[in-house]
Amino acid sequence: MTTDGMNTGDMNTGGMNTGAILRVERLRVGFDHPLGVVQAVDDVSFTLLANERLGLAGESGSGKSTMALAILRMIKPPGRIQGGAVYLDRTELSSLDQEAIRRVRLAGIALVPQGSMNSLNPVMRIRAQIADALADHRVVLSKAELATRVADLLRRVGLRAEVADLYPHELSGGMKQRACIAIAICLSPQVIIADEPTSALDVVVQRQVMETLARVQRDLGAAVILVGHDMGLMAQFVDRLGVMYAGRLVEIAPIGEIITRPRHPYTQMLISSLPSLEARGTMHGIPGLAPLLRDLPPGCAFHPRCPRADARCRTEKPAVRDLAPGQQVACHHA
Amino acid sequence: MHLIDIVKRCGVFVVIVWLAASLNFFLPKLSGQDPVRTKLLQQAQLGGYVQQGIDEMVKVYEARFGLDRPMWQQYLSYLGDVARLDFNYSIASYPRTVSSMIAEAVPWTVGLLGMTTILSFVIGTILGALLAWPRAPRWMAWLMPPLWALHAIPFFLLGLILMYVFAFQLPLLPIFGGYSAGARPELSIGFILDVARHAVLPALSIILVATGGWALGMRGMMVTTMGEDYVTFAEGKGLSNLTIFMRYCLRNAILPQVTALALALGQILSGAVLVEVIFGYPGIGALLFQAIRENDHFLIQGIVFTVIVALGLTTLILDLFYPLLDPRISYRRT
Amino acid sequence: MHGFLGYVRRNNSLVLGSALLLFLALFVIIGHFVVDVEDARALSVRPLQPPSWKYPFGTDRQGRDLLAVMVAGTPLTLRIGFIAGFLGVGIGTVLAFVAAYYRGWADTIIRGIADIGLTVPGLLILIIIAVSIRGGLSVNQMAIVVASLAWLNPTRTIRAQVLSLRERGYVEIARMSGMSGPAIILFELMPNLLPYLAATLVNAVSSAILASIGLEVLGLGPIDAPTLGMTLYWVNFNAAMINGWWWWWTAPTIIIVIVFLGLFFVTVGLDEIANPRLRRSA
Repeated sequence: MTTDGMNTGDMNTGGMNTGAILRVERLRVGFDHPLGVVQAVDDVSFTLLANERLGLAGESGSGKSTMALAILRMIKPPGRIQGGAVYLDRTELSSLDQEAIRRVRLAGIALVPQGSMNSLNPVMRIRAQIADALADHRVVLSKAELATRVADLLRRVGLRAEVADLYPHELSGGMKQRACIAIAICLSPQVIIADEPTSALDVVVQRQVMETLARVQRDLGAAVILVGHDMGLMAQFVDRLGVMYAGRLVEIAPIGEIITRPRHPYTQMLISSLPSLEARGTMHGIPGLAPLLRDLPPGCAFHPRCPRADARCRTEKPAVRDLAPGQQVACHHA
Repeated sequence: MHLIDIVKRCGVFVVIVWLAASLNFFLPKLSGQDPVRTKLLQQAQLGGYVQQGIDEMVKVYEARFGLDRPMWQQYLSYLGDVARLDFNYSIASYPRTVSSMIAEAVPWTVGLLGMTTILSFVIGTILGALLAWPRAPRWMAWLMPPLWALHAIPFFLLGLILMYVFAFQLPLLPIFGGYSAGARPELSIGFILDVARHAVLPALSIILVATGGWALGMRGMMVTTMGEDYVTFAEGKGLSNLTIFMRYCLRNAILPQVTALALALGQILSGAVLVEVIFGYPGIGALLFQAIRENDHFLIQGIVFTVIVALGLTTLILDLFYPLLDPRISYRRT
Repeated sequence: MHGFLGYVRRNNSLVLGSALLLFLALFVIIGHFVVDVEDARALSVRPLQPPSWKYPFGTDRQGRDLLAVMVAGTPLTLRIGFIAGFLGVGIGTVLAFVAAYYRGWADTIIRGIADIGLTVPGLLILIIIAVSIRGGLSVNQMAIVVASLAWLNPTRTIRAQVLSLRERGYVEIARMSGMSGPAIILFELMPNLLPYLAATLVNAVSSAILASIGLEVLGLGPIDAPTLGMTLYWVNFNAAMINGWWWWWTAPTIIIVIVFLGLFFVTVGLDEIANPRLRRSA
């Protein structure tokens, strides 16, 4: 890979790891459904270190996007956060009122939306969509200051300053996604959550957007959570990878470790389904169907598809075990 | 939209005008016997002091639209008349011209319709937007059933009920006409107040019904818009509720409402005609009613043509201004 | 089937709308046994009697028993609406399928006519048609006059719906498996469109009734038929409001309100079935 900062596999890329910037503890999100509560995020804990790039991988419906929204406390009814805590630095987010949590968004934790979505307001110019974010975070700027600020933000994501005067429909998919990144970094957040930022973009553009994201992350010294299902992309970008299955974080480990020695059978199948590390591949070649969250099997949710499943797996939910600092797994056999 | 689209849109307007004129010309001929001639001859036999003029009219009519002339010549001379807004004399109120009678009624209808359409559109749209907004006050939910019920009732029927309650049982407002019988139309405070008092009930019967329609439409559009990706991202940007509501939800949801306005004008006008009839309001609708009663074909044709052209023109203007609201459809600057 | 019934029970709008229409049907049916429909003609009873045990709805100035008028007139008004509505949706469906399925110039012309026609105030066109037909209209002629514009809206909305269905996978599969155009329309598209067509039909019936009442109030209706609209025409003609004959307009007003509310709630209910996405939001 050409980009520096991408894929090293060791956690000390930045050399500035001063500890945890974001801590998620036993987070639970459920969706109320006529037939009972659907557990979309089930007892997930992890720690994000300063400057770290953490990947969260899983099939669609595994709860990874829901978790991203839950960290920002943006879950809408019928969904609700049932329990757990999210600490940004030392602040517990659920202790904040609506107004305070609103300010944390973007200023503390910024969201980069999915690349396949129309995340920009079609009737507003890009400049206005940056300006309103600043204004609603009490950043008061003169017209000239705003123009400089916007031009600078656009430059940092590799866009020309004139893009500010365009409407979203006048931009290409890659440009729109860069504009979203420009918005996300406009208040220098400590954490950036990128939710499948490159889905629906073609491969070349995907690479460019990821490079842009990597560059701004380094410039800002921010930590990144990259949500996605493209294992190849993850392998190139993240320092540590968490794997989610049926709402649970079943394994989390440094990327080199997880690629060479995956512990959880599900991770093993994911890794072995990749043609090779260099070639990119998405996780499709796994036998069996992703489980319906509404109708999860008892015990370990993965057991119907697991080659190593035994009687214990069918009855007892495996607990999360620490293997090493920053490395955990939830499997009876790992 | 390009310049070509403007030309196209104006072309549609010309087609509407031409169709309306042709309809006026050909429909009476379809029944085999020319009802215009029949009525003219009847009137001529009635005698009276306008005898001379009516005889003159018959002569002119025979010369131009007589059976001895080929259809296409009749048609062309009719189109020529219409192009000069010459709708001949009123048969029943000779020697008044149709154009002068219409000109007298138009301000009343434009005033009533303009005011009620704008008010119901604005109130309904705001109400509908709030009805869809989860953070709106609870009591607003109680507005839905009455809005639905009112929306299903024809304007003039509500007019009857309002008339009975507020003009007959509690004689708060005048029951009939556009101004008091003794009042002299002039530009004085007294006369204007008198006109306003007479307009309240007719206006209310249109506004109460139409507001419900706009509110229901807007509510539906808001629900759709609030599910859009750009609204989720707007929340992720930490924008205030007011900004999200005004600039992201309402601003986008209002676009289909404006498109619907152009379509609804015809229906509103049809309904308003009947309201004018039952309130004896001196506008186009009451004039049309009078013309139908007196079988005054020239007057009926003149009114129908004028109204269709006026509405076509309004729709054209609305369409030409629409790109100002929606940048995705913009007339290219040339 | 059980699930369907269960759903219908939860579809409040549909239940409410059907109940209102059922109530009207019962009123008309029972009314035919209770009252002499002949009294709906002028000069049958003593004129201008306020409601009493003998004439529960009162009598009008020309000596009609208003209860008899309502019993005889409600089905007439509904008949106009249903004939015009069925004709309109029938024609509209055919045109919409032709336009949306074959596209090309047929689509351009059909859509063009429908779009232009919809911006024109329908009542005025109907007035021109009605005054051009010599002599008074019968109830059935009235229905046909109203139907002459009733296809515009169905054409437009059904076309849009067919276009969106056309993009779905199963139509593509049917086409690839060699099904003919008409067969695809009949077996693949129609079943999916049915609830939507039903909603469009009820909507068209409602608009047709509104248009017919409009024409009647203006004096262009069937002069000797006791329809609801003609009753209101006589109300207006005799200035019943100012003269204080409140019962004359009360009965037709209430019945017309019930008709429109019933049809409106049925449309809302059917819409909910046709667009499951609305179920959550509505």
